Amino acid sequence: MSTPNTMPNERETLRQWLLTQTPTSRRHARFAAIYQGWLTLKANKLAMIGLGILLSLVLASILAPWLAPHDPFAQDLANRLLPLGSEGHILGTDSLGRDILSRLIYGSRITLYIVALVALIAPIVGLFVGTVAGYMGGWTDAVLMRITDIFLAFPRLVLALAFVAALGAGIENAVIAISLTAWPPYARMARAETLTIRSADYINAVKLQGAGPLRIITKHIWPLCISSLIVRVTLDMAGIILAAAGLGFLGLGAQPPSPEWGAMVSEGRRFILDFWWVATLPGLAIFTVSLGFNLLGDGLRDVLDPKDAGDE
Amino acid sequence: MNKKSENLLDISNLWVKFPTRTTTFEAVRGVSFSLGRERLGIVGESGSGKSMTGRAILQLIRKPGIVEADHISLHGQDLMKLSERDMRSVRGQKISMVMQDPKFSLNPVMTVGAQIMEAYSLHAKTTKADAKRKSLEMLEAVAIRDPERVFNAYPHEMSGGMGQRIMIAMMLIPNPEILIADEPTSALDVSVQSEVLTIMDKLVTARGMGLIFISHDLNLVSSFCDRVLIMYAGRVVETCLAKELHNAKHPYTKGLLNSLPRLDQPSKRLEVLKRDPAWRDADSVVGTS
Amino acid sequence: MSNLKTENLNVWFDTGIKRVNAVVDASLNVQSGQSFGLVGESGSGKSTILRAITGLAPNWSGRIEIDGFALGKKRSNDFYNKVQMVFQDPYASLHPRHTVDQVLSETLHLHGMKDIDNKIIKLLDDVGLGGTFRFRFPHQLSGGQRQRVAIARALCAEPKILLLDEPTSALDVSVQAEILNLFADLRSEYKLTYIMVSHDLAVVSHMCSQIAVMQSGKIIEIMSVEDMRKMQPKADYTKHLLKNSMGYTRSPSI
Repeated sequence: MSTPNTMPNERETLRQWLLTQTPTSRRHARFAAIYQGWLTLKANKLAMIGLGILLSLVLASILAPWLAPHDPFAQDLANRLLPLGSEGHILGTDSLGRDILSRLIYGSRITLYIVALVALIAPIVGLFVGTVAGYMGGWTDAVLMRITDIFLAFPRLVLALAFVAALGAGIENAVIAISLTAWPPYARMARAETLTIRSADYINAVKLQGAGPLRIITKHIWPLCISSLIVRVTLDMAGIILAAAGLGFLGLGAQPPSPEWGAMVSEGRRFILDFWWVATLPGLAIFTVSLGFNLLGDGLRDVLDPKDAGDE
Repeated sequence: MNKKSENLLDISNLWVKFPTRTTTFEAVRGVSFSLGRERLGIVGESGSGKSMTGRAILQLIRKPGIVEADHISLHGQDLMKLSERDMRSVRGQKISMVMQDPKFSLNPVMTVGAQIMEAYSLHAKTTKADAKRKSLEMLEAVAIRDPERVFNAYPHEMSGGMGQRIMIAMMLIPNPEILIADEPTSALDVSVQSEVLTIMDKLVTARGMGLIFISHDLNLVSSFCDRVLIMYAGRVVETCLAKELHNAKHPYTKGLLNSLPRLDQPSKRLEVLKRDPAWRDADSVVGTS
Repeated sequence: MSNLKTENLNVWFDTGIKRVNAVVDASLNVQSGQSFGLVGESGSGKSTILRAITGLAPNWSGRIEIDGFALGKKRSNDFYNKVQMVFQDPYASLHPRHTVDQVLSETLHLHGMKDIDNKIIKLLDDVGLGGTFRFRFPHQLSGGQRQRVAIARALCAEPKILLLDEPTSALDVSVQAEILNLFADLRSEYKLTYIMVSHDLAVVSHMCSQIAVMQSGKIIEIMSVEDMRKMQPKADYTKHLLKNSMGYTRSPSI
């Protein structure tokens, strides 16, 4: 950094531009912050493995029609319950002779869909409720947090079951049910953080500029809560996938013949003693993706934790 | 003070390094000094490496930090060569440390008495009754009027000045030869500060201990200590007798002194310290007495 | 130029049995253009007075006047245009995720300023930072630089009265000198009125012409800086403070 103008190599200078401690524009500052976060994440090997798993999941779901060797719905009763490594069906077939590999690949779309929707709904509701309750305090706080407590008091799957029972089975309803049961922990967390942030001097300082509660919550408190929320969400994703799979397993989530992983485990359960792979392979897929989220979440915690943001 | 030949501690070429992603940050760069039965002050600004020096002596630098030295000898025994296990018996028993904020150094869920007794029994095998008697004695020695009450109290019931006295009691109970005090009074109000210093001064002098007093406060160090090391950027730039600190020669020390506002001498503008890059590169001054 | 006056100001925290009276019957009168000091030990209520003035401590009674107008329970934007505050710890008073530019442009925007870009450049110049610092995050700044940003933020509104809450106690002495000089420069440039809270008598004596000494919520003495320099306070407590702030005095027995 000491001699930036004697560096003709363009790659070097881009790196320097990103690593600078003296950014020259708003965009530059943002890019530099993101790049330095990326370097920290990159140094964490396990997190990179997690990221790799999740990227493969995304790729698999995008490229499903090209990757899958068979139609996931095509039944072939003559070739049912083929073992691993059979010709044309590397991962075998299920009880209706459908190719398990193809079903797993198409199933990644459903998993991703559930994950994305839940990850959008639950933390946002939780963030909103938690920060408003924490910042406003008093009456608002009491009411909002008691509502949160009511939701927290039910076991997640039981509550989800009740919702699905009321709304009818199906992926969308499963997502809504899971989201409704997933937001209270985020609300609690956001509230706890808000309580410490709201008495900080930098919040007092904006109050002295005449800023109202809406601006303080959205522009000053949210950015600080979001990072720990993201970490928490990625760590919770495993649980959410399992909950979705659990609903699928109980026949209340995705409906047959949709290749949802939980539903696949459920179907395979009948043959688990003689044809173990039918239930095990989707189970392994669930396990791998959950692990991926957990590893990435751990790595993100190191990057996003505001407590050690850049202090040497 | 008069037995200058007898050095308790002798440190030669001490380095503390922290490897970072791109480079190695050197917090302490080749510091050498010795400590007799005296009050040695180490002053400097934040980041000068003064606290790191104190911690390095007790090998309290956390990973990935690295401590290197030719030797850190306590009565001729090189602490650098000791295992972590042996080092534990040095800490507390031979060299003790008092930190800046008593709030963070006392265990909030144990009574004061239990903590002092624990500190004592770790180093001396005695009966409970004896440990208690000794603890109460020690609390009395740090000018706590009602030792019985304090003995049974929890740290949060104590004020900052009380907490710091308790820390001193706890650190002095194994009868160490050296006390390292890292900004022991910066979290305290001025009036409490002088009481705590008086207690520390009395105990250290009465027991013939060596004291390393780490502080950013030049006035305090010059009035409290016998000898002063002035640190800048991980090195000792100057060493002098405490009472002669105001006649210091090094431009950095002079600059620091001049940048202090003074009650007795009004000035329109304060002098601003101009940092010379050469100070950073100059060799460390050897601080042996 | 503006003056500030409090009469029988009481401030308390909590209510009922837990009630703590932080400030008791404090009356002071700060003339326009004056630099007024409040000293005392921790818990004496000196910072609480500033917080009550700014509205950050909501439970107060008595009278606070600015330019002869009494303040109500709620502070108007007009008030924030006139009175601003610099906080004690520059490590806690800047939002960790906002760049200097974000901090200043938001503040200017909140005060309805136009021509924000040029104003930011001028402000950074005024506090001795310059344009290269504009897009840095707080963690890329030293303590002194952070405090300069906090001062620039307080100046955004072009206030007349600046409340300084121990603005240099978290800084090294050499940086403290720079910041105190900056305050002196800003004061002469913008004709500011200062109320400075500090536990450091030397700092207050350097900055202020009149000094109020506080102990457990009460103002026990208001004196001129000349009296303080001559070590001629009336109250015993002030004498005690002055003596202890001169450094350590070894008792003769040792």
